[in-house]
Amino acid sequence: MHRTWAIIERELRRFRRSPTLIFMSLFFPIVQLVVLGYAFGGIVKHLKIAVVDQDHGVSAVKVRELCNAVANGAGTFETIAYSDQGQALDDLRNGGINGVLIIPPDFSRLQLEKAAPRLALIEDNTDNFVSSTLAASMDGMIATLNRQPADTHRLPTQSTLDTVEVYPYVPYIQYLLPGSIVMSVFMMVMIGGGIIFIDDKARGLHEGYLVTPITKFELIAGFNLSGTIKAVMAGVVLMTVGSLIAGIPNPFEPLRMMKVMVVIVVTAFALISLMFLLMVRVTDPLVPRAMFGVLNTMLYFPSGAVYPRQGFPAWMQLISSVDPFTYAVHALKCLLLKDTGVTAIAGDLFFLVTFSIVTMTVATLLFRRTL
Amino acid sequence: MPAIDVRQIVKRFGTFTAVDGISFTVEEGEIFGLLGPNGAGKSTLIRMLTTLLPPTAGTASVSGFDIVAQADGVRESIGVIPQAMTSDLELSVHENLLIFAKLYGVPRAKRNRLIDELLDAVELRPWANNQVKNLSGGMRRRVEIARGLVHEPSIFFLDEPTTGLDPVSRVAVWGMIHRVQKQRNLTVLITTHYMDEADKLCDRIAIVDHGQLMALDSPMRLKASIPGKNILEVSFAAPPEGWDRVLAALPHVESVTGQHDLFRLASDNGPVTTTALMETATRAGVAVLSLSVQSTSLDDVFVHYTGHALRDALQEPSPMDRTFMVRR
Repeated sequence: MHRTWAIIERELRRFRRSPTLIFMSLFFPIVQLVVLGYAFGGIVKHLKIAVVDQDHGVSAVKVRELCNAVANGAGTFETIAYSDQGQALDDLRNGGINGVLIIPPDFSRLQLEKAAPRLALIEDNTDNFVSSTLAASMDGMIATLNRQPADTHRLPTQSTLDTVEVYPYVPYIQYLLPGSIVMSVFMMVMIGGGIIFIDDKARGLHEGYLVTPITKFELIAGFNLSGTIKAVMAGVVLMTVGSLIAGIPNPFEPLRMMKVMVVIVVTAFALISLMFLLMVRVTDPLVPRAMFGVLNTMLYFPSGAVYPRQGFPAWMQLISSVDPFTYAVHALKCLLLKDTGVTAIAGDLFFLVTFSIVTMTVATLLFRRTL
Repeated sequence: MPAIDVRQIVKRFGTFTAVDGISFTVEEGEIFGLLGPNGAGKSTLIRMLTTLLPPTAGTASVSGFDIVAQADGVRESIGVIPQAMTSDLELSVHENLLIFAKLYGVPRAKRNRLIDELLDAVELRPWANNQVKNLSGGMRRRVEIARGLVHEPSIFFLDEPTTGLDPVSRVAVWGMIHRVQKQRNLTVLITTHYMDEADKLCDRIAIVDHGQLMALDSPMRLKASIPGKNILEVSFAAPPEGWDRVLAALPHVESVTGQHDLFRLASDNGPVTTTALMETATRAGVAVLSLSVQSTSLDDVFVHYTGHALRDALQEPSPMDRTFMVRR
C-alpha cells in the first residue's frame, strides 16, 4: 500500500498548490446556492393588474375594494384602473401589466339576482409562475366575495381542512442546500479528478507511473482515494458554509454532522467511481471538458435537488432512479432538513455503496496498465 | 548474460508495422544508441522494452527478465526517461524525487541519502526546493534523469533526452549522462535522431529506419564500413552528359552518387581528389558552383545504409504522430 500512499501524497501536494482549483470548485456551488436560493425562493409580489369596470354597481365596487385589500395586504398585485378594455389588452400584450380583470356590465345585477355573475381575468400565460400566482390570488378573492354573512351558522356545515406542518418552515435556499453540497463534491471530482487525470495522461505523466513496479490495484486505489479525499474536503466546506448561509437550525450538532460526513464520503466515492469509469479509456483532454456541462445537467437536475422528482416525466424519472445525485440529495435532505436517523437514509447509502462497487469494478476491468 | 537481449521483436498497430523483427543485444555497462528519424520505431521499441507496450511477436529480456512474463522484474531493474517531460510541475525538485522513491519502495533510511546524492550528481541541489515549473527545460531534464535513478536501477532508458533543448543544455545533459553512467556502471539505452549525440555518447549505435535494423556497430566502425574517408559534395553549372563517369575516374574516388548538378564523391584521399576535380572541371569548361570536403560522418553512414539523409526523413510526418500527438 505504500505506493498507493505515494500517489495520494503526490495528488494532495499538487492540490494544495492549486488555489484556483480549490476556489473554483467551491465558489460555483456557493454562488449557485445563493443565487438560485434567493431567485426561486421568494414570494411573487407587486404584479400589475388592470381593472376595467364596465358595471360600476355595488358588487363591482366590492370587487375593487377586495382588489385594493389584496394590494395593501399581501401585496401580490397592484391595481390600475382602466376605462378602455382595448388599451388594457394592448398594455398586457406589450408587457406593461401582468393581467386584466374585467367587471362586465350587469355584474352587480346578476350578483343580486344570483344569476351566475361572471368576472374575466385575462392573463399573460407566458410566465407560468406569474399566471398561477395571479389565478390563485383571484380565486381566494372570489371565494371571499361569495361568502354570504347571512348564511353563517353556529357550526360549520362544510368540510374544512386543517394543515399541520411537521417541520418548521423550510425556505427554498435550505431546500437547495443538499443539492449544492453534492454539486461541490461533483465539481471537485470533475475538475480535481477527471480533468486532471486526463491532462496528466496527455502530458505523459502516467508513463512515469507505469514504468514503476506499482500494481494496477495500487494505482487505481491511489487515484480514487486521493480524488475522494479532495471531494470530501469540498463537500465538508460547502456543508459548513452553506448551512450558515441557508440558516439551517443547529447545523453543527455532532451526531448529525457525523451522519452527514458519512453521506458525503460515500457520495464522493460513488462520484469518483463514476468519473473513473467514464475516463478510464479517454486520452483526449477535451473530452472531460466537453462532458462537464452535460454531466452536470444530467446528474443535478433529475436528482430532485431543485424540483420534486414527482413532477418529472417517466423518462426523466428513470434517469433519476439510477442517478447517484438522487440518493445523495435525498439522504442530505433527510439529515439537514428533517434531522432523521440512519434508518431514513439506509436505502440511499445502500444504493451509493452498490453503485460505487459496480462502477469501480467495471472501471478496473477496463483500466489498461500499458499505453 | 547481456543486459538487454532483443530477439525478432515486432509491434503492429492495425496494419501498420512500427517495429519489424529487430534483434540486438546490449552488454552490461554499455551506452547503446538507437538512431533514426521520427516514425522509425525507436520509441515503440523502447516502450516495449520498458513494459509500456506488449510486443506483437518476438521476445526480449531486460536484466534477465522477460518483458511480458516478468514485467515487474523488468520495472524493478530499470530507470526510464520518457520522451515527454513528465515531472510534476507543481511539485518541487525534491518532492518529485521523493514521490518516485516511494513509488519504487526505496526504504526510508536510504531515501534521503540517495536523493541528496542525485541532486549533487545532476547539480540541482540549490534548486531542490524550487517548483519544477520555475526551472528551464535543461534543468527539468536533469530532474528527470535524477528521478529515473532514484531507485538505483542497473539499466537506464532515455527516449530522446535532449529533444527540444538548446545546444548548451544538450551538451550539459550529455555530460550528465556520461558522468552518472561512469559513476554507477549503468547500462544505457538511448534513442535519438541527433547524429552528434549518438556519435559523442554511444559505444554502439543501431541505425533504425521504417521499423527495421539497418546497421549496428560502434560509431567508428560504422564510419569505416562505408566507402571513402572523405565526402566531397560538389555542384556544377550545367554539367555535360556522362559527367558522373568523369568524376568516378578521378584519383582516389571510391563511389559517386547524385543527380542533375549535385554530386557526392566518396574518396580515400580528399585533398588529392579535390585538386584533380578542380583541374578537370576547368579543362572541361564546367563551372563549379560550390564544393565542400568533409570527413565521413554518421550522416553519411545513415545515407549509405538507408538510402536517404536523416534530415530529409525528419521532415516526413511520422505514422505514429497521430497516435501519440497529444503526448508529444
